[in-house]
Amino acid sequence: MSSVKTIGETLLKADGITLAFGGVKALTDISVEIKRHEILAIIGPNGAGKTSMLNVINGFYHPQHGTITFKGATRSQMRPYEAAAQGIARTFQNVALFKGMTTLDNIMTGRLLRMRKNMFWQALYWGPAKKEELAHRAFVEKIIDFLEIQAIRKVPVGKLPYGLQKRVELARALAMEPELLLLDEPMAGMNVEEKEDMCRFILDVNDEFGTTIALIEHDMGVVMDISDRVVVLDYGRKIADGTPDAVRGDQQVIDAYLGVAHG
Amino acid sequence: MASLSPDSAAVSALAALDTFPKLLLDHAARRGDKPANREKDYGIWQSWSWRQVADEVAALANGLAAMGFRRGDKLTIIGDNRPRLYWAIAATQALGGVPVPIYQDAGADEMAFVLDHAEVRFAIAEDQEQVDKLLAVKDRIPGLETIIYSDGRGMRHYAQPFLHAYADIQAKGRDVAAAQPDFLAGEIAKGKGADLAIILYTSGTTGQPKGVMLSYDNLIVTARNAIAREGLRADEEVLAYLPMAWIGEHIFSYAQAYCAGFCVSCPESSATVMLDLRELGPTYFFAPPRIYETILTQVMIRIEDAGWLKRRMFEYFMALARRVGARILDGERVALADRLLYRLGQFLVYGPLKNTLGFSRIRLAYTAGEAIGPDMFSFYRSLGINVKQLYGMTESSVFICIQPDGEVKADTVGTPVQDVDVRIDEGGEVLFRGPGVFQGYYKNDTATVAAKRSDGWVHTGDAGIIDADGHLKIIDRARDVGHLRGGALFAPKFIENKLKFFPFIKEAVAFGDGHDFVTALVNIDLEAVGNWAERRGITYGSFQELSADERVYDLIRDCIDKVNADLATETQLAASQIRRFLVLHKELDADDGELTRTRKVRRRFIGERYAPLIAALNGGRDSAHIETEVTFEDGRKGMLKADLKISEAKTVPVAAPAAVLRKAS
Repeated sequence: MSSVKTIGETLLKADGITLAFGGVKALTDISVEIKRHEILAIIGPNGAGKTSMLNVINGFYHPQHGTITFKGATRSQMRPYEAAAQGIARTFQNVALFKGMTTLDNIMTGRLLRMRKNMFWQALYWGPAKKEELAHRAFVEKIIDFLEIQAIRKVPVGKLPYGLQKRVELARALAMEPELLLLDEPMAGMNVEEKEDMCRFILDVNDEFGTTIALIEHDMGVVMDISDRVVVLDYGRKIADGTPDAVRGDQQVIDAYLGVAHG
Repeated sequence: MASLSPDSAAVSALAALDTFPKLLLDHAARRGDKPANREKDYGIWQSWSWRQVADEVAALANGLAAMGFRRGDKLTIIGDNRPRLYWAIAATQALGGVPVPIYQDAGADEMAFVLDHAEVRFAIAEDQEQVDKLLAVKDRIPGLETIIYSDGRGMRHYAQPFLHAYADIQAKGRDVAAAQPDFLAGEIAKGKGADLAIILYTSGTTGQPKGVMLSYDNLIVTARNAIAREGLRADEEVLAYLPMAWIGEHIFSYAQAYCAGFCVSCPESSATVMLDLRELGPTYFFAPPRIYETILTQVMIRIEDAGWLKRRMFEYFMALARRVGARILDGERVALADRLLYRLGQFLVYGPLKNTLGFSRIRLAYTAGEAIGPDMFSFYRSLGINVKQLYGMTESSVFICIQPDGEVKADTVGTPVQDVDVRIDEGGEVLFRGPGVFQGYYKNDTATVAAKRSDGWVHTGDAGIIDADGHLKIIDRARDVGHLRGGALFAPKFIENKLKFFPFIKEAVAFGDGHDFVTALVNIDLEAVGNWAERRGITYGSFQELSADERVYDLIRDCIDKVNADLATETQLAASQIRRFLVLHKELDADDGELTRTRKVRRRFIGERYAPLIAALNGGRDSAHIETEVTFEDGRKGMLKADLKISEAKTVPVAAPAAVLRKAS
């Protein structure tokens, strides 16, 4: 990649986030900034709190302490659909699609928040409601083209192989036209070729649409290749934050991955 | 004197339309509103009329001229079937240049060879993937000056000064056209029928590819003769989905489309061809036997998955169709009761089946490239789909022989087309001459002289015979026909085709020349066998594991036993029953050089690559170890090791040769 891309100001700022389930502390005093147009990777050993962090960002979990500032608005509590309405979309570690629905219908659900007509008009499929539906379909078709999934447009997603389901999930998230895209292990369980495809799509999304991306990933090769910045969590604490090269040489990170007795 | 009769006026008008750009202008002027191209994009079929195509081609041609494109320059085209790439051919020809399409899946080395050998100055690539391949070899090809890409996706950060967007070149062309509106018409008028129209590099089975030079006369006369023989009309529907660098695709989707004026549609992507085929319902269709095989395999799989009633209906009516369908299609006399039953079958089975396949409207379907299994051939014909075999090659602008309507025999390729002569030489090789005979191989006089003799006859390299009705019958490649050590005839392709008719067998290679008996390497069809395994609860983790499964071996052995029983009935070939076989652990692949780009088996190469396996097959061992180098899709190489089991097949005892002779006499 040539480096013509410019990273902008802070899009989302998590400040002093502490999250506990009963006596278990999942996150302790974590502060992270996500800047516009960057690809931020969140890494860490199993149970480090990566998914919890994403869940806090999109309002699924409510932290006991700390605030989230998104596009200048600070809040301590937000529901997932509010996060979605404000432009945060996500995919899940275990694919969460409607298995019986087609690829096309699944992606169309990503447009629901942007549909203005009520169910009555939509059921009639006439006049303004029809026009609106066609416009949304046209947008969805652009995404289908972008992610090269034309051939599975009408296939129920339950019948698709895992790698393609992941791609459909990404498509649905993109259909929301998000400003911030959260990807929870987008490449888990994929073979080398599928991983390469997914990497290309993530870079293309970031590049063509200018979407800011925060992703969790275990494949270090992928992380070092595509991310602009890496945040490392261990036992619910942030232990490093910097460029892939800086993080790779950080002693604490090496210790966390190779296993050093925790005091 | 009275003016020319309408007939001769029409003839002279036709003679004036001796290049594709002239034909394009003629369609745009006479019937400009009729559709010329369609492409499925964003889920919707978009279309361009002849007038719009003429406008797009003119804009591109003017833009290319402004970029310094001169008469005689070569322009390469690389990508999937897209209207814009077809327009690039016409635009190049309008400027008196020569298009050189390259197979879209060609590797860097193949590509570099063609670019260098053809002295290509300009390249038009479909997308980033193809541009990357061009950039990878550009340092080796100093002559390549300009690269134009059609799809700008992912190209934002490419800053090379020689890279241009297709739309930008067209915009530039529209600007300069305003300043010199007559330039392009003048350039088009300069073109004549004898000029070089295109260079197509053949994916030869041996050695480097050869650039076949074809003139406008070669292509246009041959295309018109075939149109006249088959009665093709301006309202045919065609789906362009085969590689643009292949002569067949060029004739069907470009030369014939421009001559007859029909519309050519491009699929949404290579993965959606079967869906697009169904939506479009072409009337004129071409497919190599492999595609018909794939379709038939899918039908058989789905029937096996269908409910009891549907399955029984399918079986009953297919038996009827096998008995009378082909005869009804050929216009022969068939009993009234059978006719009525067939009509009912049409309503219940054949109609819905053809509709599902996208074959409802087919008036004419061709197959060529390889012999088609007789059983498969009659399957389609019995459904009322007019599939016919033709015989041709790049060097003949395709058409040498076509099966005439009403005289379709499964084992011949029909009679010569108008103005083409065919004969068999002393060595059994097929020779031809006619209007489609190529001009020569580009910069390869040795090969030209070897193929195109001074007496005008072209040597095809195929072994054939002409039967009592004047039909040409191709047996095999002249150099592949061999003999078992006992002296019996061994025609490998004949055996392989019988094997490949089984949906479970994707590819088979038979060996026997100079051996005591016939052996075979078999590739399972992952889709068909995978489905079969799933229904039986057989678990597998990979192609390799499934191939090695004991039960899969039993399945394949059943197929081979049936082929052997079949072979035993053929007097000359009874000795070439398959004695021993093994199931290969990897799919034969063009990337590994085992198949050609048109997916023909490279028998000799496979023979060398798998020599240890063949030795073990002919020896008495019951397993063999093999290490092969494989090329992954991203171009990296790796070693694949496997121990393969060798299995015996059941052979039918053959009567002593003397008895056969007595029976024959």
